[in-house]
Amino acid sequence: MGIKIDLEKCIGCRLCVKACALNAIEVIDKKAVIDTATCNLCAACVEACRKYAAITITKDHSGSGVDISQYKNVAVFIEQRHGIVAGVSYEMLGEGRKLADRLGERLIAVCIGSAMQKQAEELVKYGADKVYYMDGEVLTHFSDERYATIVADFIAETKPAIFLAGATAIGRSFIPKVAARVYGGLTADCTKLEIDTERRLLLGTRPAFGGNLMATIICPHHRPQMATVRHKVMKPALRNEVRTGEVMVRRFENGAVAERTKIVDFVKEVESTVNIAEADIIVAGGRGIGKPENFALLRDLAEVLGGAVGASRAAVDAGWIPYSHQVGQTGKTVCPKLYIACGISGSVQHMAGMQSSEFIIAINRDPVADIFQIASLGIVGDVSQVVPALTKAFKEKLGK
Amino acid sequence: MNITVCIKQVPGTTQVKINPETGTLIRDGVEAVVNPFDEYAIEEALRIKDRIAGTIVKVITMGPPQAETALRSAIAMGADKGYLITDRAFAGSDTWATSYTLARGIKAMGETHLIICGKQAIDGDTAQVGPGVAEMLGLPFVAWVRKVEEISERAIRVERLMEEGYDIVEMSLPGLITVVKEINTPRMASLKGKMRARSAKLVMLDAATLQAEKGKIGLTGSPTQVLRSFVPERKSGGEKVSGEVPQLVDKIVATVLELNVIK
Repeated sequence: MGIKIDLEKCIGCRLCVKACALNAIEVIDKKAVIDTATCNLCAACVEACRKYAAITITKDHSGSGVDISQYKNVAVFIEQRHGIVAGVSYEMLGEGRKLADRLGERLIAVCIGSAMQKQAEELVKYGADKVYYMDGEVLTHFSDERYATIVADFIAETKPAIFLAGATAIGRSFIPKVAARVYGGLTADCTKLEIDTERRLLLGTRPAFGGNLMATIICPHHRPQMATVRHKVMKPALRNEVRTGEVMVRRFENGAVAERTKIVDFVKEVESTVNIAEADIIVAGGRGIGKPENFALLRDLAEVLGGAVGASRAAVDAGWIPYSHQVGQTGKTVCPKLYIACGISGSVQHMAGMQSSEFIIAINRDPVADIFQIASLGIVGDVSQVVPALTKAFKEKLGK
Repeated sequence: MNITVCIKQVPGTTQVKINPETGTLIRDGVEAVVNPFDEYAIEEALRIKDRIAGTIVKVITMGPPQAETALRSAIAMGADKGYLITDRAFAGSDTWATSYTLARGIKAMGETHLIICGKQAIDGDTAQVGPGVAEMLGLPFVAWVRKVEEISERAIRVERLMEEGYDIVEMSLPGLITVVKEINTPRMASLKGKMRARSAKLVMLDAATLQAEKGKIGLTGSPTQVLRSFVPERKSGGEKVSGEVPQLVDKIVATVLELNVIK
């Protein structure tokens, strides 16, 4: 394992020196020299030197002891909440189908729940070649330990090459446990998945640093190649009435997994019935809307449009709306088709949570607000006047 | 009771800038800070310490030698003891290898009743190390905790933030929780705390002390690799309109209807 500089390629440009967070690189006699005692192999310099390709990082050995040729097929986790298959699961089926076709392999849906055999069978119509359904009364509600054990056992038995799950509160909670147990390579919160057909590798692209940097991650020597995938990014599978496939039902034995956590209660909290992570339209408010009561105006607009209400950190911190509505780096990351930012100035942290929205409309009194830099349509105006008029106009247009 | 808080040193978020030519992060002069979510974790541990007499709060981090400043920041807030896992052999760790290494470190610290992590670090944004550590230690785990309702040495009752509300979850201890921002407001370090932090002796842990398996640490032990990284295409601002309210409204309505997004 180590980092090497090809002295013939190095021109002493110092780009690597600037890229190094640890100040481990110096240029001596027009050639870069790396202090290997300080370097943590983060590869920032390799990126910086992409043009000259003078820096390479190599591993001691390339194998993990895993025979990767044993692993085949694409598996997707089907998330259900209160017995209903979550929207994100259809996106996993749609994307999983594409990847399986690229590889010429099968798509397996893994569903965990109670009395859901009908829904499990339906998954075939949405692209699954095989459905693995684990049924048990105690599986109605999410449990990290039970779900992790069921999925890890499934992986050990079935050996899928790729395993996908939605990057939801549930998926991002228990899938890392599965990866830890099976020694899989897990890439979090992917926004793009591709296949390198030559090496038969999954390429998972994901945002880091609050969306300021994108990284493409691979898992060359371990299996499965796992990824959690952000909602609303992949196209959902379409129903095909004539598709056929195999459904395997298993009964969960209650004593099989020691249960050390217990859900005592669930309290629904989001004011509007639309979950902001899954909403197609979000109307969001910041401190610039003037006063907490003005969130009512935003709610009215969201209702007419069939959307959800979001908020900036400033509005949440001021106590104007609960935290579950917060969009941004310390809140939720959303990518709706339409994001209407009302009285939001556009901090780096807020934009990190919504800049991948398909279309952004910003309404702000301040003509130089940062939000306008990323807004597809910028409206310089007073939210308290524009929004109610907008709601009224939409009501008329849509006949509501 | 004994509480362990896992923390990470990250570049200060607001200062992260990207070099548009090379597509890399400009780290010159960027101050290193304690990951903000980990500050909530430290604060929650300190609040439990305030409630339950005799509680000891230990903080642990893995990183280069300079990550010790993160531990000192936690001690300045009120943590009792700091552990730094640092070794060249750990360089290049992904979330799997990091979880493994931190779990080894926590084992070396003695009995722990509760481990608290921030929900994710703001540089990697993976949220995978908390659950990974729980799994490696064979402990029960609850993610996204927004409130600790009750706690004893044997059990904890928490609120877990979900997409549409929250679950109330009971877990036996020892166990691990990851916390979200809503849980508290971290305290500022006191002058006395800062003085104590400056002179605090940290426990250093390397690969040999942890008896870490060579094949499971650092770059070699990491299943995932970064193939490439790049700066995403920034959305550039589109049309900007000002004028009378009716005109603005007409403009928005026409634009939205054209998008065809209303069901």
